[in-house]
Order: sequence, then structure tokens, then C-alpha cells
Amino acid sequence: MNFRTLKELSERCSESGLSIGRLMLEQQSRESGREPEAEFAAMKDYYGIMKDAVHNGLTRDTTSRSGLTGLDAQRVAAYNAAGEPSLGGDAGRAMAYALAVSEVNASMGRIVATPTAGSCGIIPGVFVSTQERFGWSDDEMTYGLFAAGAIGYVIANNSFVSGAEGGCQAEVGSAIGMAAGALAELRGGKPEQAVHAVGLALKNSLGLICDPVGGLVEIPCIVRNGFGAVTALAAADMALAGVRSVIPSDEVVQVMLEVGAAMPEKHRETAGGGLAQTPTGKKLMSELRKKGRPLRKAEDERGNAEA
Amino acid sequence: MRFKDVFSIIGPAMVGPSSSHTAGAARIGLAGRRLLGEMPQEAKISFFGSFAATYQGHGTDTAVTGGLMGFHTDDPRLPDSVELAEEAGMDLVFQEGKGLFPHPNTVRLDLTAADGGRKLSLLGTSIGGGNVEVVEVNGFAVKFSCSYPTLLIRHRDQPGVIAALSAALQEEGLNIGGLSLSRMERQGEALAVVELDAPVQAGLMERIGRMPHVLQTDYMDLNDDRGNDDELPDAEGTE
Repeated sequence: MNFRTLKELSERCSESGLSIGRLMLEQQSRESGREPEAEFAAMKDYYGIMKDAVHNGLTRDTTSRSGLTGLDAQRVAAYNAAGEPSLGGDAGRAMAYALAVSEVNASMGRIVATPTAGSCGIIPGVFVSTQERFGWSDDEMTYGLFAAGAIGYVIANNSFVSGAEGGCQAEVGSAIGMAAGALAELRGGKPEQAVHAVGLALKNSLGLICDPVGGLVEIPCIVRNGFGAVTALAAADMALAGVRSVIPSDEVVQVMLEVGAAMPEKHRETAGGGLAQTPTGKKLMSELRKKGRPLRKAEDERGNAEA
Repeated sequence: MRFKDVFSIIGPAMVGPSSSHTAGAARIGLAGRRLLGEMPQEAKISFFGSFAATYQGHGTDTAVTGGLMGFHTDDPRLPDSVELAEEAGMDLVFQEGKGLFPHPNTVRLDLTAADGGRKLSLLGTSIGGGNVEVVEVNGFAVKFSCSYPTLLIRHRDQPGVIAALSAALQEEGLNIGGLSLSRMERQGEALAVVELDAPVQAGLMERIGRMPHVLQTDYMDLNDDRGNDDELPDAEGTE
């Protein structure tokens, strides 16, 4: 890749006259040695899986194995259809779609990690709902995914995208930034505006801990995906309106690294703190443990060869 | 750069619920199976850090086992892989690992092939978004991503081995994208791990195997079989 930072990404786009999505496709083809057409087709297939996941989450039983979550997307969709959601119909739809994909994930259905499975609802929620609204083609959406991937590539290599390393800010936060930047570009924003959208979005999730109840990608991950899709729409709008991230987006990414590195282990996907260790969280976890396969302690191994 | 391309960010396509605890774990399991060369008859799987704390909810045990069965991250059989492995005769032990570990999401695989055959010990880390790094193979410190066609050459620590190896690769027009090398002791055994930009043909593997000081050659390309590594339980784990 010929960029390491969001500033460089924006500069490469200005120099070449390419959008972020088209530049990323060109760079991806160079990196892989495969034809751009093959890379484009692979990404378009992923978009198809995302659309299927939205559909499945709105129509199938998404009750998770733990039984703790499921069908919230359908509740939100029904509520949206029945009246006037406070968010308005379009943002409400993005929220419902994001919940749908995250619930498919939690029920061991097929999704695309964007950038992770814990944050897999945000990009499909934003993309599929805005595609319906603005009538964009699948090809345009596919370029949008390359744009989101370029932004995620910078964040991942300068900071992190996993909750175990950097907390929820790294997963859901990164996905919101990626979706916001890509949406700004899809709506005709300049690369510079897309980069501002990333910084604006990331600032709103800095410090968010990863505290899943029972270690499951369910509570609070699923609702955070729903909220995340709405935030991405807001960040793209701010950037398109001309709002700038005064702290440059690359510096915000560095803050995510600083905050994530300082985050205690109990707040990094270990279920050792936060919502996971509330009285209710602990109760749910102990009920879950009773149902599951116990992990053998290494200490017991010598005297107990049988599983 | 830990993340090399756009599909390490958008992707993989996978069965949920966690890219690091499910998809990444499945890829580490698949790497173990490929390096062993067959389905293990015994598999001792040790979880560290966040893997140990949350493996149940994420199905990390199921995912690693799926990888050992040869399943990719989006294989619909993944959720049932422990049952499928047991039907196939795999002896599975899951335990909490002891000691230090290099990353919050770490798993050690201790694998034994059928009839007390080959053994393989592998330490893998799942670094996010389904991406992995293998950091130890049979006691050798290594570093590779499983994203590329990968050669593992165990050899004696003698002058010229790496030169001969890279010359052979050059003759085939193969570019080296990553290289890690470590040895047990000076003039003792060493392991070179070479990540390549294109697949290796069988003839080249034989040629490398015959080079002076080379003790063992292994080759792995996790993407070379999309759709046909489907040895389900009928394989019985024996030849």
C-alpha cells in the first residue's frame, strides 16, 4: 500500500484524482498480484453476504445459543414500520439492519468481519440502508467497501481493531469510523471530508471498553452495533456539512492506541470487568458455565489423564 | 504492517460469533492440521488469556477443532466440529495453559498424528479480524501469518543453507514476502519459515528436501483448497 496514514491516503487520492475506494482497489491489486477485476469480484461477493445477513436477521430466528439475545432487529423493524421512530425512518432502518447482522453473528450465522465479527453489523447497516434510500448500484457499494477497508487498514496498522487488544473503541469504534468515511465518499464527499468523518466518528467512541457478558459477542455488542450505525450516519453528515476534526484523524487514531494500551485487562474482552461483572452479568455467566464444556486446568492434568 | 491488505480488514466471510475467538482460532487450527499433514489423532489444546477466559461463549474450542478437521472460517459445519471430530476418532483435550503468553488471544496446539506418528507443537495468536500470527513451531520462535503460501525448512545451522534455499526459490521465480529464522543453538537445528507470493510446485519441495543440511520440509497454503478439503468423518483418521 502506498499510504500508512489517513493524511497520506488523502494525499494519494488528491495526486491521482482517484476516490479512496478506487485507490484502494488499485493498491490491493498491486499487493496481491491479482487482476483488479478479481479483487473487485471478491469484494462484491462479500457485499452479497452482507445483504443476505441483513435479510436473514430480519426474517429468521436469531436467538443465540445462550438464549440471551435475538430478534431485537425484528422488534425495531416492526416498531419503525408501525409509527414514527424518533430517529426518523432512514436512521431507524440503518439501526435495525445493523442489529440484524449482529444477531445473525451471535446465532452462529454467516457474516463478513468488518473489521471484526463483534462489529460486523455497522457497515452492512449503513451500506444496505443507504443503498435502498439513494438507489446506488452494488458496484458503487463495492467501491464503498474498498474505501472502508482503506480506512480500516490505516486504523488497524497504527492502532488496533480487536477488543482484546484495545477495547470496544477498537472494534465498534473502528467500524463506525470506516462506515462514516465510506458513506461520506459515497455521498460525493472529497477524500479529505471522508477522513474528517473518520476522526469525528472515532472521537465519539474513544475509551469504550470491551466488557461482554459471559465473554459472548452479545451483550452489549449487538446494541452497540445498532447505535454505531446511527453514529456513522451522523459523522458523515457532519463532515459533509463542513465540520472538521480539529484534532487530525491520524492523531485521534494515536489516542485510541494510547487509551487502549492503558486499558486494564479486565476491560479488554476477558469478561473480567464492566457489564460482565455486574451482579446480573455474573449471574448470567454462571448459568452459562453450568451448561458449557468445562475447561480443564493444566494443574489437574498430571493426575487426571481422562478428559 | 500487521495487516497486509484490504481483505484482512473487510473479511473473512465467517460463521460467528467472534473474528478473533472463532475465525482466527479456526485458522490456527487449520494451520496445525496442514503442518501435521493429516487429521491429528490426539489434540491437546491449551488456551491463554482472553481465550481461556471466554472460549466457551465464543466457541473457540469448537473453532480450533473445526480447523483441525480442515474446515475454513465460513464452513457451516464449524458449530458441530467437536462432535464431528469425536466421531472421526480425534482425542480432544481442552485445558487452560500455564505460564507467560505473547498475546491476549493465544492458543497452543500439541498434535499427534495417527498411530503415534508425527508430532507438532504450535503456538498461535489471534490478532483481530480473523488474522493470526504463528509465533512458535516445535520450540522454534517464528513469525508468520498463514496468509501466504508458507515453507517451513528445518535444517542444520550451517553456512549457505539460506543462500541455497533462496537461490532455488529465485530459479522458480518465487518472491519471498516474509522470512523468519531461528535456531536451538549454534550449529544445532534451525527452522526457516518463508512466506511466498505464489504457490510452490511439488518438484521444488523435493529439490529443497535433498539440499545439504536440510532435515525436513513442510509446506502450507491455507487457501489452496477452497472447497475441496472436505475429508469428513469417513476418513476415520487413518490411511
